Amino acid sequence: MRRGLWMIFRWPLLLAVLSLFGLLSALIGDGVYDWLSWLSLGVPLGLLGLVWLRMRHASRVRS
Amino acid sequence: MTAHTLRIWFLVHKWTSLIATVFLLLLCLTGLPLIFHEEIEHYFEPHPELRPLTADAPRIDYDKVMAGALMARPGEVVRFVGFDPEGPLGAVYTATSLMPPPDEGHTQPFDTRTGDLFPSEPPDNGFMNLMLRLHTDLFMGLPGYLFLGFMGLLLVASLVSGVVVYTPFMRKLDFATVRSGRSSRLKWLDLHNVLGIVTLAWVLVVGVTGVINTLALPIFGLWQSDQLAEMTSPYKDAPPLEQLGSLQKALETARKAAPDMEPSFIAFPGTQFSSQHHYAVFMRGTTPLTARLLKPALVDASTGELTDMREMPLYVKTLLVSQPLHFGDYGGLPLKIIWALLDLISIIVLGSGLYLWLLRRKIPLKKRLAELNTNGLGAEGGA
Repeated sequence: MRRGLWMIFRWPLLLAVLSLFGLLSALIGDGVYDWLSWLSLGVPLGLLGLVWLRMRHASRVRS
Repeated sequence: MTAHTLRIWFLVHKWTSLIATVFLLLLCLTGLPLIFHEEIEHYFEPHPELRPLTADAPRIDYDKVMAGALMARPGEVVRFVGFDPEGPLGAVYTATSLMPPPDEGHTQPFDTRTGDLFPSEPPDNGFMNLMLRLHTDLFMGLPGYLFLGFMGLLLVASLVSGVVVYTPFMRKLDFATVRSGRSSRLKWLDLHNVLGIVTLAWVLVVGVTGVINTLALPIFGLWQSDQLAEMTSPYKDAPPLEQLGSLQKALETARKAAPDMEPSFIAFPGTQFSSQHHYAVFMRGTTPLTARLLKPALVDASTGELTDMREMPLYVKTLLVSQPLHFGDYGGLPLKIIWALLDLISIIVLGSGLYLWLLRRKIPLKKRLAELNTNGLGAEGGA
């Protein structure tokens, strides 16, 4: 299947919007704004953690 | 997009990255300890122990504090007085001249409630200072700042072209696929792509705000010759200041002029943040954002009367907001840890990019792009 631009960029776009929200949120206030910031900036990191786990799993299955 | 345009984007991505990679790696590595500079400095040089406040404890008199600070550093002048936003702690910055070389000068902490002065700390020429200089100006002053700023611009070009060349690779792949079972090159290509695209927004913001920060010296120079000069124009032909007036009174004037704000730092007459005749008391707000948007109250340094107080112009505000967005110091320790993790991922993206270039197949780029086409990965149309 050949993917169009929307299919290719919908996840990156969502992650970018989340990151920008997280970057600005902690600037606006403290307390709950800090928590929102940590959570939304943590999503890209969590996702990369999943990618890493999946890679480890795949290499274990192969060996 | 035609194969020709895509080829140009590839070349932009390759060359901007190749030129900047060594310096970007340096910035990532030196930036890592700098994220935690407050924690590291507190660990090695703990804050002086503040005495508990008693009913008969003296109230601070800033003029006495200044006199005491100068007595401890004979022959020096006061340049700045700073205030810790976290607690009742201030610091007097002295040096042998108002505009000394960057590594000179002494810092004397004081209790902002009682005015108790603590022994002066020598200039920091240690590890953290080395990291800071390598991260900001490469020990070269303004040319160094501007050079690293240019490297930041190359980073932005590399990110934009990176997104464009990401497209043809993903025509046949699900988002975040890493083909780890085949060649090491393919695995690192996929990792480079996924790590790069996922952290794109953060890297872009830290990159652009970093470039703005490299312009701090020209921006404050412009402010001094523009708004500051305008505010202090009645003093243009005034004779040079012979004696500094009361700092205590100047501070009271500034507090009265901005009752809902707190002093952040005071620039003394003749320093780069003030005129020849004024104490510039920079007031800050109380939210993370307004704490950065400093508002200078210019107080006549001999009479202690308010001359003028205005909001900073947009170009200075842009710089002031760029600082936290680059440093990551505005959302507690968790935000700093997030900053550090994203910094480490950026190092992997830089390293894998270099690795892919070193392992590049000895096949002309044109042919490789044609291959992408015949595989149906599609360099034509769409993008």
